[in-house]
Amino acid sequence: MQRYSAFSLLREGLSGHRGWRPAWTKAKPKSAYDAVIVGGGGHGLATAYYLAENHGLTRVAVLERGWIGGGNTGRNTTAVRSNYFYPESVALYDLSLRLYEGLSKELNYNVMLSQRGMLIAAHTPAQMEICARIANAMQINGVDGRLMSADEAQRRIPLLNQTEGARFKCLGGVWQGRAGVARHDAVAWGYARAASALGVDIIENCTVKDLTIEAGQITGVETNLGPIRTNRVGLAAAGATPGLAAMAGVRLPIHTYALQAFVSEPVKPILDTVLLYLGTGTYVSQSDKGELVFGGGLDRVPTHGQKGNLPAQETVISGLLEMFPAFAQLKLLRQWAGVVDVVPDSSPVIGPVGPAGLFVNCGWGTGGFKAIPAGGWLLSHLMATGEHHEISRPFDLDRFEHGRLIDEAAGSGIAH
Amino acid sequence: MQIFPCPFCGPRDETEFLFAAEAGKTRPEPAPDVSDAVWADYLYGNDAPKGTAREVWVHLTCGEFFVMTRDTTTREVKSCAALPGKAS
Ligand SMILES: Cc1cc2nc3c(=O)[nH]c(=O)nc-3n(C[C@H](O)[C@H](O)[C@H](O)COP(=O)(O)OP(=O)(O)OC[C@H]3O[C@@H](n4cnc5c(N)ncnc54)[C@H](O)[C@@H]3O)c2cc1C
Ligand SMILES: [Zn+2]
Repeated sequence: MQRYSAFSLLREGLSGHRGWRPAWTKAKPKSAYDAVIVGGGGHGLATAYYLAENHGLTRVAVLERGWIGGGNTGRNTTAVRSNYFYPESVALYDLSLRLYEGLSKELNYNVMLSQRGMLIAAHTPAQMEICARIANAMQINGVDGRLMSADEAQRRIPLLNQTEGARFKCLGGVWQGRAGVARHDAVAWGYARAASALGVDIIENCTVKDLTIEAGQITGVETNLGPIRTNRVGLAAAGATPGLAAMAGVRLPIHTYALQAFVSEPVKPILDTVLLYLGTGTYVSQSDKGELVFGGGLDRVPTHGQKGNLPAQETVISGLLEMFPAFAQLKLLRQWAGVVDVVPDSSPVIGPVGPAGLFVNCGWGTGGFKAIPAGGWLLSHLMATGEHHEISRPFDLDRFEHGRLIDEAAGSGIAH
Repeated sequence: MQIFPCPFCGPRDETEFLFAAEAGKTRPEPAPDVSDAVWADYLYGNDAPKGTAREVWVHLTCGEFFVMTRDTTTREVKSCAALPGKAS
């Protein structure tokens, strides 16, 4: 692997940038692997990297039907945080945030993590009490979180709509200083490059069409590029996971919905945190290029089409204008949608399912970008050892049989 | 804006409707014989089909539940019908 550094940049700058090599190798499928991962999004690529790095397994392939990072990983609004409510969730998402904090160094690839903090803004005394409850839960669970006053919120975000007629005045809220944003493509590309350097095959334009099962054991996958033998398969295919699991007769507690995101034309720096309004459900941050990146709740129509509907757009955009009336002057540059895998308790499903050798890492729904390092860490542990890591154990599919749901939608009141 | 059909009120704006569940589930009985796995699948298991789907929706305006058959990729509505059963 060609290492990136200030020195390599200088050397290439002086020699006309002719020495850069492709960051990862575009591989062709071999006939057999020790482990196959379906889905070249962040979770699949991170799984491959940690299989090689943490567990020494390098005869590994990542099969991606399109291009890597072309799914939700390349479509999300890149908020990373660990401001969840339940101890199980905080353990999971804070593992992820801690891994993110060291990721650029670990991968020798700048994922542009920017810990600019995130405010979840409340508008009523009752909501402030909920925020206090979340902040307390976060502190008990050992992560940074605190209540923020209306004055401090106004100081940090001067453009907030605090006028007399404002429908949702900000009374303050819960603040996590270590939250922020990271570059989504860089996370996919950084993991791909590091995995490829350790010998993992990353195979694009390779669609898994069927799973081969003999006597209750996974023995391979059928693809458009031919059959591949393996006795370990990890599914990390977001909204496509239910269809893949069905090939092994497994039904998952997932509905698929479109989630939309929006980007405005770029403007001068006006917002240096991530902001979510409980009242409007809209959240927003400003990209390094100056664009406002924003989104909100799901489209309410189950779908597998990567396009959004108009009612959700209206809700999100009117929410943004309620928060920042001045943004009404901005033009929208782009709007798009991803198909997200939504579970009733808004927590992921990680664990073995169906035949021996089959594992899933899915159900991240609207909030799995922040979880990519942890998702990869935990799925690789499962695939390498056959056993749960203690952090993934509560997220096994069996929680639905035992009634031990981890209801983060109700617990932390957050959609993303 | 998409228009959905209600079998009772006719074509209406999509914002008047709410998806309830995938159609075709039958409650497993008798309760003492139902295993945790079967019950959990009844409560939570979905097919999330890509392509044609039969779904139970509610028209919030009139409060009636009905079955809608749609394509989950193109969003085309193929048919809608009242739920079977006696009117009361
Ligand atoms: C608009 C939007 C905004 C979001 N905002 C945030 C946010 O701010 N913060 C946050 O934490 N999360 C956010 N999310 C959620 C986050 O994007 C996802 O949870 C996360 O990216 C999931 O990663 P993944 O690797 O599991 O899935 P994906 O990145 O979707 O990767 C799955 C891959 O599997 C491939 N695949 C599917 N079927 C097959 C097959 N049969 N064979 C081979 N390959 C296959 C797909 O092509 C795809 O590339 C957002 C999502 C959306 C859509
Ligand atoms: Zn009606």
